[in-house]
Amino acid sequence: MPSPAPRAGYYGPFGGRFVPETLVPALDELTHACETIVRSDAFQREWRGLLDSYVGRPTPLGEAKRLARALDPEGRSLDRLWLKREDLCHTGSHKINNALGQVLLAKKMGKTRVIAETGAGQHGVATATACALFDLPCEVYMGAEDVRRQAPNVGRMALLGARVVPVESGSRTLKDAMNEALRDWVTQVQTTHYCIGSAAGPYPYPELVASFQSVIGEEARAQVLAAQGSLPDAAMACVGGGSNAIGLFRGFMKDDGVALVGVEAAGEGVNTERHAATLTMGRVGVLHGSKSYVLFDEGGQIMEAHSISAGLDYPGVGPEHSFLKDSGRARYLSATDDEALAAVSLVARTEGILVALETAHAFARIGDVARQIAAAQGRPASIVFGLSGRGDKDLSTLLARILPDGSLGAASRGAS
Amino acid sequence: MNRLDRIFGGERKVLVAYLCMGDPSIEESIDLAQACVRAGADVLELGVPFSDPIADGPVIARASQRSIAAGGGLQATLRAARVIRAAAPDVGLVLFGYYNPLLARGESRAVGEAAEAGIDALLVVDLPAEEGDSLRAAASVRGLGIVPLLAPTSSADRVAAARFSMAHAPAPFVYYVSVMGVTGSNALQAASAGARAGALATAMGRPVVVGFGIDSREKARDAARQAAGVVVGTALVRTIELGATPADRRSAVERLIRDLRAGVDEA
Repeated sequence: MPSPAPRAGYYGPFGGRFVPETLVPALDELTHACETIVRSDAFQREWRGLLDSYVGRPTPLGEAKRLARALDPEGRSLDRLWLKREDLCHTGSHKINNALGQVLLAKKMGKTRVIAETGAGQHGVATATACALFDLPCEVYMGAEDVRRQAPNVGRMALLGARVVPVESGSRTLKDAMNEALRDWVTQVQTTHYCIGSAAGPYPYPELVASFQSVIGEEARAQVLAAQGSLPDAAMACVGGGSNAIGLFRGFMKDDGVALVGVEAAGEGVNTERHAATLTMGRVGVLHGSKSYVLFDEGGQIMEAHSISAGLDYPGVGPEHSFLKDSGRARYLSATDDEALAAVSLVARTEGILVALETAHAFARIGDVARQIAAAQGRPASIVFGLSGRGDKDLSTLLARILPDGSLGAASRGAS
Repeated sequence: MNRLDRIFGGERKVLVAYLCMGDPSIEESIDLAQACVRAGADVLELGVPFSDPIADGPVIARASQRSIAAGGGLQATLRAARVIRAAAPDVGLVLFGYYNPLLARGESRAVGEAAEAGIDALLVVDLPAEEGDSLRAAASVRGLGIVPLLAPTSSADRVAAARFSMAHAPAPFVYYVSVMGVTGSNALQAASAGARAGALATAMGRPVVVGFGIDSREKARDAARQAAGVVVGTALVRTIELGATPADRRSAVERLIRDLRAGVDEA
């Protein structure tokens, strides 16, 4: 029997537009703009020109030889580990790829104001940067808890001319920032573009964000082919909402031999109530405009996620990841706060790269993934890894845990 | 004949009252709902509190948090609905809320439980016309209506989509979100919102109520002139928030509803 035709705005059963009626015309307008403006040669030329001259793309794909040996001293499971260096993008993470695309689009659509939500502050900084470049006023909603733990990024946004609005409701993290941004958008929808930072939210956002971030996977695929003459066995990245992971995965989606692996935040453990492992532990629900895996309680109330990394501290996930999980094309693991901290130390000391806490979660699972692949195929694996961002923003969290010898103590040793 | 059809087919303009059920407690919400009916409300919107109410301003968001903290939710609201229905067989009861609590319960199961509790229709704020046909089908099977929403931004295409959704479940009335904003916005131009509601009623072939920003007798009167009725939400929830004792809250709620009743009766 033929499968039913794919529904517009859906990834299998996931996605859609579960928003108040007031916003639907704006989503229609944005969908139309995606199909006309974003697809046009002129827009693509301008955006890609900025990626080259302003962001510093293409970002390098570098081999992490010392880290590979640290994870697998005898070379039995991990042959080659390639790091796709999004931390080297202007502003320090992959978020700028999407922010520049959306702010450029907002300008072309005649919008006079841009708003954004941010967790770790990386998307907020990227949006503030793009708005400075395009001379648009920018307001960034950020949970009050995240304002505290990501202070350097709050300062960066202010320096870039953006107004940071601390959100005091709920868990005072990314979820609540997104609620407040949506409320702002409902009120000023005709003049304002809402620049969503993750591949989540109502359609067309998951597709728009994925299309801008897929530059990561496009480049990585060409680079790994040039570097090792073959495709990797796996592509790995961390998943909060999932924008950097979907950007990397898109490059390898049709390469059936490339396993796609996402790593979520297990917080204090997936068997505790304090985690953000939505795909691992969630059920199908609706949050922030799309149907996807969500963490919610028996009564349907959204649960407060927990992660040491503000960027992964979110009880939802982009709908395409839910589809990739259920279809089996991708699989999703998790790493705890403590495992992420250990990975920050290890990567810093073996590769000289201070990675973001978000990124560190995926580093923590490389050894396991390599061993599984090696066991299945009888030879050591090659892995392309999405190094989504740098860790400078996390210094206040890290400094609270740093020990006299320079290593990092466990999460329980300091305030999260 | 459906209860809501009878109410909207009657002589007088319709006064709809929204309560966040469980704020401050489910027992008191039942008492306040009955006070609303005594004071002249024709329809009650029984609000199911939700953790992430993106269409609501701070007043209803705070009430939702208080309710959830006190054990409020879909099940508590349905328990209250049974009691309210038993005492007031003629009042219209609309289960009002966000989609996820219904999904979490299971759409068919939730709709069945709502019907058994005496609910007449559902209104789901984050379910535009293109989404939720499964919920509409489940509601239709149980004889429940689904109330469509239209907004100032709704074009002719959106009105057509809302009309089309009525093929899947009957729409006893249409809720016109009369302000660009969240609940509790102050910007309502009551007369022009009423006029727009009147025009939408013609386009939809259903009665239309003016939904946001009604907080005074004058606004109720001006909005109801050309609309089928008005909804009071935030003003009522704020009144409850400000009352010091259950007796204060009950008398303040009755006063507000009587005042708005007088307004719509003048329209």
